[in-house]
Amino acid sequence: MTGEPKPTVGLFVTCLVDAIRPQIGFATLQLLEEAGCVVEVPQAQTCCGQPALNSGDDRDAAHLARQTIAAFEGYDYVVLPSGSCAATMVHGYPDLLAGDPDWAARARAMAAKTHEITSFLADVMGYAPAGRRLNASATYHDSCSGLRELGIAAQPRALLSHVEGLEMRGLPGNDVCCGFGGTFCVKYSDISNAIVTEKAEAIEETGAEILLAGDLGCLMNMAGKLNRRGAKTRCFHTVEVLAGQADGPAIGEEAL
Amino acid sequence: MSALPDFKNRARAALADPVLKVAIDRTTGNAERKRAAAVAAFPEFEAARARGKAIKDHVTAHIDHYLEQFERNATARGAQVHWAADDAEARAIVTRICLAADAKLVTRAKSMLGEEIGLPHALADAGIERVETDLAEHIIQLAGEAPSHIIWPAMHRTREQVAELFKAGHQPPPAAEDPATMVQSARRVLRQKFLSADIGISGANFLVADTGATCTVTNEGNAELTTTPPRIHIVTAGIEKLVPSTAHAFALLRLLVRSATGGEMTQYTTFHAGPRRPGDADGPEEMHIVLVDNGRSRMLANEFREMLRCIRCGACMNHCVVYRQIGGHAYGGTYPGPMGSVLTPVLDGLAASRDLPNACTMNGRCAEVCPVGIPLPTLLRAWRRRSWREGLEPGSLRAGIGIWAQLARRPRLYRLATRIGLPLMRLFGKGGWIARLPLAGGWTAHRDLPRPAARSFMDQYRARQKGRK
Repeated sequence: MTGEPKPTVGLFVTCLVDAIRPQIGFATLQLLEEAGCVVEVPQAQTCCGQPALNSGDDRDAAHLARQTIAAFEGYDYVVLPSGSCAATMVHGYPDLLAGDPDWAARARAMAAKTHEITSFLADVMGYAPAGRRLNASATYHDSCSGLRELGIAAQPRALLSHVEGLEMRGLPGNDVCCGFGGTFCVKYSDISNAIVTEKAEAIEETGAEILLAGDLGCLMNMAGKLNRRGAKTRCFHTVEVLAGQADGPAIGEEAL
Repeated sequence: MSALPDFKNRARAALADPVLKVAIDRTTGNAERKRAAAVAAFPEFEAARARGKAIKDHVTAHIDHYLEQFERNATARGAQVHWAADDAEARAIVTRICLAADAKLVTRAKSMLGEEIGLPHALADAGIERVETDLAEHIIQLAGEAPSHIIWPAMHRTREQVAELFKAGHQPPPAAEDPATMVQSARRVLRQKFLSADIGISGANFLVADTGATCTVTNEGNAELTTTPPRIHIVTAGIEKLVPSTAHAFALLRLLVRSATGGEMTQYTTFHAGPRRPGDADGPEEMHIVLVDNGRSRMLANEFREMLRCIRCGACMNHCVVYRQIGGHAYGGTYPGPMGSVLTPVLDGLAASRDLPNACTMNGRCAEVCPVGIPLPTLLRAWRRRSWREGLEPGSLRAGIGIWAQLARRPRLYRLATRIGLPLMRLFGKGGWIARLPLAGGWTAHRDLPRPAARSFMDQYRARQKGRK
């Protein structure tokens, strides 16, 4: 970037990252800055509204959509470390607010500049991490919303290929849902358990030391199951490895 | 249809059945692999899918025109066309034809619509012997069950279980348990029925408007043996099965077979155009076509209209993580899986089936494989919206979502709540995990919960920003 103004990015950290694993937010922030963005974290953000949207509670979902749009529409880009929250903004908001004359266009404009972090880094910024090393084997789970609603598959893998020493192993059924599904995992916990049990078995069979994914919801589900089964697999969000933070505690490991 | 028993109980029972899981995995796993290979070997698949979608949408938009055209042409071919507004009327029409013909024995070629309108029970109530001629339907008839899949009705049964059913149900029982011997045994039992049936009842994969023909596809040839030898042939079909012409039927057939079984073509594709004419070597003396609405015209006018594109291939259920854990019977309706979760509330009412649109992870794989591009997750969400609006969602969920939304709508209060809530939640943890958390039993019954951070991202970030200034 020679002389051109740096793009401004509003970082939406997602409610799960905010509460459960702030490291993911900081890793995202670091990568965005490395990629040459000016990053801000608007304080008016809370939740994207996905739990309400997927439960059929459109009124609350629309309210949260308007709140989020108002907080973020001033930036060049809106970036999230989550494919499913990004998909909610990209597809859910325009649908929710389509009949609202004051907000329909604003929702569409917001959708057009909203990106999941790995696709933003790879597709928009042309960024590749440099000087990162991690001597480990890892496998990658494609989270459903990112994969099918936003077409995220090649980007995280391309970015991870720049991490020296990292051996990526294929995961059979990598594009099959882990059984999280937001409120599904609690409402239909028996079925969800059966699904995530199969997923955990597939992950363990790869023999990989690390499980990577791009959505904390799915990661919590898989990591929680792996731990309950006594598996030693360490679980990280993709951005943590890309930011060189995989030397810290994995999900469920207590910081020293 | 009777009120549905509890979905969660049925799902739990299915999850506890290890044999069922083996059976489901065998068939859906094969179907998934074969479909992927068939689609990969058919570079025009996307174009064919777009055309299929366009054909179905065109028919949906002009259904009155094509229904009239079909009736005119079918009647001109000598068939008698009947109209049924709902399942009860459809049952009554079929039963009346059977009783008028003094039928004792009816053979039936597999038809999901027949299941939808409750035909097996109606025939039994009328004292008419009904014989299912599709091999899988024959198996579930012996077991006294309903289909658990729309393409493989007996896919929940293993070969070993089928051997038991044949041993008990065939006279004499098959000499061995290998598939070839068992199939021979079924063929012998069914052949007598084919030849002595008074009436053959089939469904239709397509109703061809410009010829008045109905089209049936099978891999066993049983539809031909069901519809040709008996005196009377009755077709029951949903009005959404209409296509403008034979060419359109073939365009959809290319999608149907690849999506269903991964084949390129079924073994048998038969067009029935009216009863036997003078000089014909065979065929029935009478042909009746019962066109069934049963909620379909209602869908024309609401947000479920796109579901009328469905060509009943079953790809959505083969690729559904939920279906693959619980099988078809857990859904409790005629149609299982994602498509069933959209259709069952149309047929049985949302109050009786609100679990179905909810029991979905919204992973989108069903829509990805749907050969006519039905946005199944979007339609399932539409049912959830109705369910929420009509107050059918349980109070605990409404309260949970409501409290969450009220907090999330007030960022300052939300921050305060996380500042208080996170340390409280951490009290339940040991090391990095929480093994049991009050009110979160659905989660912690099966998996540990990562212990939340002591301080939220927002708090840490703000502290960091202050430090910088």
